[in-house]
Amino acid sequence: MIVVYCLTALALAISVLKSPDKTKLALAIGWSRFSKVAPTFLQIVCLASVVLTFMPNDMIASHLGTQNRWMALVIAAALGSITILPGFIAFPLAGSLLSKGAAYMVLSAFTTTVMMVGILTIPLEKRYFGLKVTLIRNLVGLGIALAVALVTGWIFGELS
Amino acid sequence: MKNKKTSMTLWLLIGTYLMGLVIARQVAWQPGITMGLHWSEFIKGMVKVFPCAFVLIGLFEVWIKRETVERTMGQASGWGGFVWALLLAGTTVGGMFVTFPVAHALHAKRAKLSVIFTYVGAAAICRLPMTLFEAGYLGGRFTLVRFVVSLPLVVLSSILMGGWLERCHYRISEG
Repeated sequence: MIVVYCLTALALAISVLKSPDKTKLALAIGWSRFSKVAPTFLQIVCLASVVLTFMPNDMIASHLGTQNRWMALVIAAALGSITILPGFIAFPLAGSLLSKGAAYMVLSAFTTTVMMVGILTIPLEKRYFGLKVTLIRNLVGLGIALAVALVTGWIFGELS
Repeated sequence: MKNKKTSMTLWLLIGTYLMGLVIARQVAWQPGITMGLHWSEFIKGMVKVFPCAFVLIGLFEVWIKRETVERTMGQASGWGGFVWALLLAGTTVGGMFVTFPVAHALHAKRAKLSVIFTYVGAAAICRLPMTLFEAGYLGGRFTLVRFVVSLPLVVLSSILMGGWLERCHYRISEG
């Protein structure tokens, strides 16, 4: 993150040296883009905090650790599609599930849908892409996640 | 007019929610407190990223010439455009709150849709810092399988979607 700040500061400094006017314009554009998404962003953060509260880690763990792998796979994909968990929460959670005996393919379905499919972020996404393309994109993401999960299951010998 | 109304309702709802969080804290209602913690956690994560992201988007809009983007990621860019999309995705920070505005910025400079969708998809699954983190917890083989299977599928689905939408004269809006 520090690297990103340094790079941004550097880019900004170069920009100011080359043309203060253009830099002002750039900041104005950045600000207007930000203020457009800010309300939707806040809305999603509020929703996500509610969902996370009623879907705590141990609940996710108890559903993904079940003996029936196929059932666990479906539940993992469903849970992953609802939430957008930041990586620093999702991967440690997946790691602890792994040590408790969860299958790799279940974890794969969970982490990939967490990253690619976001029902909660549809309000934001549809402002850019429109509802139809947003839905298609998320469905495609779900399909890719399932494909990844199956191949993972095959490679790790969990399909039998 | 309708838009203004909905955004007023939205702000009202957000305000009510935040007030609820404060009250929950006062009366020590446990779920409410947990909610507040999650909320501030999310906000903290994004507040760190937003200034950089939107300053860089602004600078990109002003300084990068449309011809440059069109040449590297536009209709005539061939496979090179996808390579650029993957490189850009690997180094993006901040998740979709950043990737969507970037997608619009690229679109405005005439990058082709298949490249843009590749960028958005790849930014979800293969951001570099996140990948290192993942491999640490789940092992390199797991991460490798995920990459090898998902990236070609992301590119392929983006080409199909891009081709179809390009024919429909589809536009990505400003958000």
